[in-house]
Amino acid sequence: MPEAVTKAMPELAEIQTVIDRFARNGMRGALLPLLHALQEEFGFVDPQAVPLIAEALNLSRAEVHGVVSFYPDFREQAPARHVVKLCRAESCQSRGSAAIEAELVRRLGIGMGDARPDGQVALEPIYCLGLCAIGPNALVDERPVAGIDRAAVERIVAEVTA
Amino acid sequence: MTRVFVSRDMASVALGADDLAQAFARAGCEVVRTGGRGLFAIEPLVEVETSEGRIAYGPVGPRDAAAVLDGTHANRVGVTAEHPFFARQQRFTFARCGVIDPLSLADYAEHGGWKGLEAAFRLSPQEVVDAVKASGLRGRGGAGFPTGIKWQTVRDAEADEKFIVCNADEGDSGTFADRMLMEGDPYCLIEGMAIAGHAVGAGHGYIYIRSEYPFAVRTMRDAVARSAGRIAPFTLEVRVGAGAYVCGEETALLDSIEGKRGQVRAKPPLPAIEGLFGKPTVINNVLSLAAVPFILSEGAEAYAEVGFGRSRGTMPVQIAGNVRNGGLCEIGFGVTLGELVNEIGGGTASGRPVRAVQVGGPLGAYFPPAMFHLPFDYEAFAAAGGLIGHAGITVFDDTVDMARMARFAMEFCAVESCGKCTPCRIGSTRGVELIDRIVAGAPRGAGMLEIMPQMRNARTAARTQDEEIALLRDLCDTMKFGSLCALGGFTPYPVLSALDHFPEDFGGASALPEAAE
Ligand SMILES: Cc1cc2nc3c(=O)[nH]c(=O)nc-3n(C[C@H](O)[C@H](O)[C@H](O)COP(=O)(O)O)c2cc1C
Ligand code: FES
Repeated sequence: MPEAVTKAMPELAEIQTVIDRFARNGMRGALLPLLHALQEEFGFVDPQAVPLIAEALNLSRAEVHGVVSFYPDFREQAPARHVVKLCRAESCQSRGSAAIEAELVRRLGIGMGDARPDGQVALEPIYCLGLCAIGPNALVDERPVAGIDRAAVERIVAEVTA
Repeated sequence: MTRVFVSRDMASVALGADDLAQAFARAGCEVVRTGGRGLFAIEPLVEVETSEGRIAYGPVGPRDAAAVLDGTHANRVGVTAEHPFFARQQRFTFARCGVIDPLSLADYAEHGGWKGLEAAFRLSPQEVVDAVKASGLRGRGGAGFPTGIKWQTVRDAEADEKFIVCNADEGDSGTFADRMLMEGDPYCLIEGMAIAGHAVGAGHGYIYIRSEYPFAVRTMRDAVARSAGRIAPFTLEVRVGAGAYVCGEETALLDSIEGKRGQVRAKPPLPAIEGLFGKPTVINNVLSLAAVPFILSEGAEAYAEVGFGRSRGTMPVQIAGNVRNGGLCEIGFGVTLGELVNEIGGGTASGRPVRAVQVGGPLGAYFPPAMFHLPFDYEAFAAAGGLIGHAGITVFDDTVDMARMARFAMEFCAVESCGKCTPCRIGSTRGVELIDRIVAGAPRGAGMLEIMPQMRNARTAARTQDEEIALLRDLCDTMKFGSLCALGGFTPYPVLSALDHFPEDFGGASALPEAAE
């Protein structure tokens, strides 16, 4: 079984442990830091966590779900093993990112915003990494990569499909 | 042992600075990791400490270590500060960035750190507010609101608790000054926030950093922990965003810190009166707060002396996109757009002619080279139908399709809209469709409804191209005046400026070139 899938089943007790850490320290406005912590721990925010969070922070489930669904960073499913986040903003466009996006889509065989069905790799849009004079840029598994040309696309594809 | 300096800035690392640092460590050097100097064309950059000061080499790779160390490498830059890109700059805020080890408290103190805070503690809170007013400092986050007046409002508000919030959401494409400062000189921001706390009577502050900046988050967290004793009893906390551009808007940001969806609040009440958790709150951009230590330590006059009209002091301008010498250029207001793009920036990276520049991020206007005489100044840009925003300049060469950029502006607004107001949420989607039709030369014909037999007075003829363009202008007008915040309200800037200056890309006749000066 691939690694991402085994990790995809966090135990409720494990989730509760993370939640308790935040509920106990009385942090104000703890919801975003808590969601980040869950995602860091398990790779995503399991929908099962929503009622537990609501209970711990004295919120309604709708409020918690509303926040999870509002922010692009929070995922409700396990991520692919590799994630390529390609910058789509203006400065990278001025340096040819549209062609790089098309090339990545072609070479990975997935659309922008999609994951490969086997969970190997996902291609996600990101709007600016603050590296705007050296684009096109991407985060490859959270590592910043600048000045992406066709050769760099090949290297990235080889890395994330290996 | 030879000391060398290699940047740990995210941009430098993306260009290979980590490998470079390792190579010099293997060659037996003491490697100090600094912030970024701000000129990417010479990165990866290494500076070697010599009796004549630090001598820079770049771009260099890991295999160049030996040639750099014996001084024979061809890419010798010399003393970094004397490079033409840096020679004209006035680094008030970024004086230490790229020079010191960002997390070293000793380096910070040695390079003039904490002097502003010490000066502030010698003054009464009101005197600190007065100094900020006298400096003429205006908010660097986009709106250019006078910082001293904002602080006065918070100072005058009665409350049991007040907050300082730093807006480090920096979502605009073409901007990276906040990121570079947080990674390269984090204590400068911390010092500015502590001064603000003293001035308005706030005990706690938040730094809200976008999640796209993992390096800045790490550095700021570390710096906050290390400097806690130095700024006590004032306390600070780092909060991390979650990918929503609109959370850069101040009230959406406050809601996000409170643990809610990042939706814009109606104003009034102003955050200065009812801000975070309903308490009076100073919310300022990174660069506004980081300018304050200089103002307190060197004096308000020293800051106000530089500048142009009502835009006082320096602006860390970010030259980005398709440009040869992209990077960070802190310079007094009044420098012209053309000087920034052509002289300092060196024209396009592709070597093709510049066709357009977008100033101020995704909500900023596109300008053609015919307007390069514009001085960098809040009022001059507003009068020309644009804004300087967070002072990012994105350069495009003549291969750019301006209708496509206008469409992107609408698409970005649709993706990022918080959804609270209709002109922004729906208008942006209608805008994308409208631009698609204009570009395809396929104006909208009669729809299902219009052709129903009972619709006797409905128009059944297709719109003309001119009518479609008029409709786009009308839509922009609605968004501009009907949106709750500047996301929907300013998206018309890139759209209309593209339409006005580059009508040929929308299938119209080309604009008459303005008389060049
Ligand atoms: C959609 C939108 C995004 C914004 N993004 C930012 C941002 O990333 N950083 C920032 O400092 N200000 C941003 N602003 C401006 C803030 O609302 C606010 O004016 C600023 O934080 C005030 O600080 P200042 O007075 O120091 O500029 C944004 C505004 C809007 C409408
Ligand atoms: S626009 Fe791509 S990094 Fe800023």
